[in-house]
Amino acid sequence: MRRREFLGLGALAVLAQDADRLRDPAAAGRFRLPVQPGDNDAVIQALERKLKCTCGCNLDVFTCRTTDFTCTYSPQLHAEVLELFEAGKTPDEIIAAFVAKYGEEALMAPAPVGFNLAGYLVPGLAILAAGTALALVLVMRRKEAASAAAPVGATEDTGVPAPTAEELERLRRALSEVAD
Amino acid sequence: MTLLGQFALWIGFFTGVWAAVVGFSGRWHTQPGLAASTVRSAYALAAAMVVAALALWKGLISHDFNIEYVAAYTSANLPTAYVFTAFWAGQKGSLLFWAVVLALFGMLAQLTTSRRHQDLMPYVAAVTGGVTAFFIATMLFSANPFERLPFTPPDGRGLNPQLQNPGMVIHPPMLYLGYIGITVPFAFAIAALMRRRLDTGWIHAIRKWTILSWLFLSVGITLGMWWAYVELGWGGYWAWDPVENASLLPWLTMTAFLHSVMIQEKRGMLKRWNLSLIVATFLLSIFGTFITRSGVIASVHSFTQSSVGYFFLVFLLAVGIASFALLYLRWPALEPESNLESLASREAAFLFNNLVLVGIAFSVLWGTLFPILSEWVRGVKVTVGPPFFNRVNIPLGLLLLALTGIGPLIAWRKTSPANLRRQFLVPSAAGLVTGLVLGALGLRDPWVLVALVLAGFVLGTVAQEFWRGTRARMRMYGESALLGVVRLVNRNRRRYGGYLVHVGILVYFVAFTGMAFKVTREVTLSPGETATIESPYGHTYTFTSLGVSQYAALNRIVSAATLEVQKDGTKIGVIKSEKRQHVDSFGQKTFEPSTEVGIRSDLREDLYVVYAGSIGGTERANFAISINPLVWWVWAGGVILVMGGLLAMWPGGRAATPTGRRTEAQAGFETQLVGAEAG
Repeated sequence: MRRREFLGLGALAVLAQDADRLRDPAAAGRFRLPVQPGDNDAVIQALERKLKCTCGCNLDVFTCRTTDFTCTYSPQLHAEVLELFEAGKTPDEIIAAFVAKYGEEALMAPAPVGFNLAGYLVPGLAILAAGTALALVLVMRRKEAASAAAPVGATEDTGVPAPTAEELERLRRALSEVAD
Repeated sequence: MTLLGQFALWIGFFTGVWAAVVGFSGRWHTQPGLAASTVRSAYALAAAMVVAALALWKGLISHDFNIEYVAAYTSANLPTAYVFTAFWAGQKGSLLFWAVVLALFGMLAQLTTSRRHQDLMPYVAAVTGGVTAFFIATMLFSANPFERLPFTPPDGRGLNPQLQNPGMVIHPPMLYLGYIGITVPFAFAIAALMRRRLDTGWIHAIRKWTILSWLFLSVGITLGMWWAYVELGWGGYWAWDPVENASLLPWLTMTAFLHSVMIQEKRGMLKRWNLSLIVATFLLSIFGTFITRSGVIASVHSFTQSSVGYFFLVFLLAVGIASFALLYLRWPALEPESNLESLASREAAFLFNNLVLVGIAFSVLWGTLFPILSEWVRGVKVTVGPPFFNRVNIPLGLLLLALTGIGPLIAWRKTSPANLRRQFLVPSAAGLVTGLVLGALGLRDPWVLVALVLAGFVLGTVAQEFWRGTRARMRMYGESALLGVVRLVNRNRRRYGGYLVHVGILVYFVAFTGMAFKVTREVTLSPGETATIESPYGHTYTFTSLGVSQYAALNRIVSAATLEVQKDGTKIGVIKSEKRQHVDSFGQKTFEPSTEVGIRSDLREDLYVVYAGSIGGTERANFAISINPLVWWVWAGGVILVMGGLLAMWPGGRAATPTGRRTEAQAGFETQLVGAEAG
């Protein structure tokens, strides 16, 4: 290539770049790297949703890197995930590597082992226990109330014949339609 | 003005302390003048707090940057609406906002409560005055909004860009109104316990306050979700963040109370439980404030860590111990007036509904506090995020949804098997048909399928209730269907307003299922380049970059990235997402550039575009594009819920029926017959 052609193409490239250049690039936030194929990998996304960003934002790595564009930690953590993934590590191995490096706090939810099991089981067990206790108390109280109360009609004769089951059902149906 | 504000705070503090000391001392029993003084102190307190609020607003509007709070949260070029709302943008201002609203609520409680409850009012004034005095003390001794700087900066720091959003104008006050409103029912509960007025009379005095505070909380939470969705840019609306959880906790216990109180009103049962729920709800509202302000748990919402949190911790413990001790002392006087007659009754259904609601509250509280517990027990801090909360709470939420449909189908006192069969037939069929249709359409996600089947069931229940009531009126009074339904609702607004709330809840649940199908893709586009994304409904969306433009607007430099959108090859419009670089009145950049999301919403799905940033400072840009199904319905659910709540608390009702109220004799007849069958 001749010198004149080389300079001409160079000037054209600079001009073309300037045509796309923002007037105040810093006002549009930190510069980004172009999206890589791994960024949209469903496995990577699912994996990063299980890992916490270490910047203190309380978000997972995927959410932080696609939301908080001022964060410098989550892109780095994403790069680490990609590196491990490309090195042939499985998602479980990558999670284990993160826990080894950053501690248990790197997980968005504690692994259900040891004391952490209490985190998962206590609410359910508490509700189950309370529900069982509630049901038992209700049954016992109902029995007490039933044994204490005399049947209606047995203590006094109102002169009104006792309603049949069919009449009762009709009445209840009518009442349920008009009243709460 | 700061001097006036400071003076008003001290006046308010002493007035509140006076109300609390005189009110709780009980001397007003023998000296009527003291009772009147306690009640009047509620008005004086409100007046003092209004003066303090006006003083701060005056400082904000006049850009008095010598006031530390004004300099920290506003700038001279901040739009006026945000200058006004900067009142509650920071810790100190929000504490004052809390105190002002609580003082006004305390005054309103005195003004609007029936004379029948006059003997409770000094105690009510004592509680509202005491709580307000606590908030004022927190300001006076730890976070004073009128604190002056030793110099006057030429401009303020400005408001956090994420708070410069219409959602933040209204979301915090709504949430605060909900939190603060809870204090009034709590005050009545304490008053009833102190006065030994433990019948259901005081419950009637707080009915509207409980619904109102619940409604404010609901609106506040929903607006918070909306703000998070449109402003934070992560494409969701609920992240199980500790502060979000803290707002949900009193909502759950208050919802439980709104159900269980009906059992007390109708049957004289659950007095202890209802009092416990009110106390717990109040404590949880304070707990939420503690979480937000102490920094004890990491959260995206927290105010800066300060000593204020310890004030709240001490207050929380003191009020909790005192309240439950009082409840314990009155325990024997809170015997139920009747007993549960059958497990197949609405009372039992409400009890299990309460169990699930309180259970969810417990699981949320447990998950929120588990990181601290883990650190105490193991010395290891763990993170408890959405995966944990979803795993624990989705099954409980679905159980709650089921009970939402089951409760109204079961009669009070006792239900026969025949009646159960008759009542459950239509709703069960509605749920089944929903499941079959969705299954045939290829829906396979088990949680989503269960949620939608239950939604069909609940909708069947509500529709059946409306239809049966309307049909009964059409038969009895010869009314048209439209007139029948209007009069039916008008006659019992609380009941049918409640059903509308149930519809709102089921709409929320249906909308939540949409997130299971969310699609997110990141793309890099130069002007003219396109990216294609398949939606969960099978549509193909094509996004073409139209480039990035930069311009100055109000107090910021805007970088607007625009995408043209085609749906299945047909242009449907453009979506613009922005980066906003805020500047002060001297043109100096203040915060880091913030992101404004571009959203195109319809009934089925939202197109959600985030301009992630520029490649090398050019118009070539990264975008995070999401397709979020059913989000519109979250907001629709909120609107329906609010409408139902307003209907339930609207004054009047039972006026339009030709026959008037059910007579005592009729009620007795029903009772006797049901009792006869049981016997």
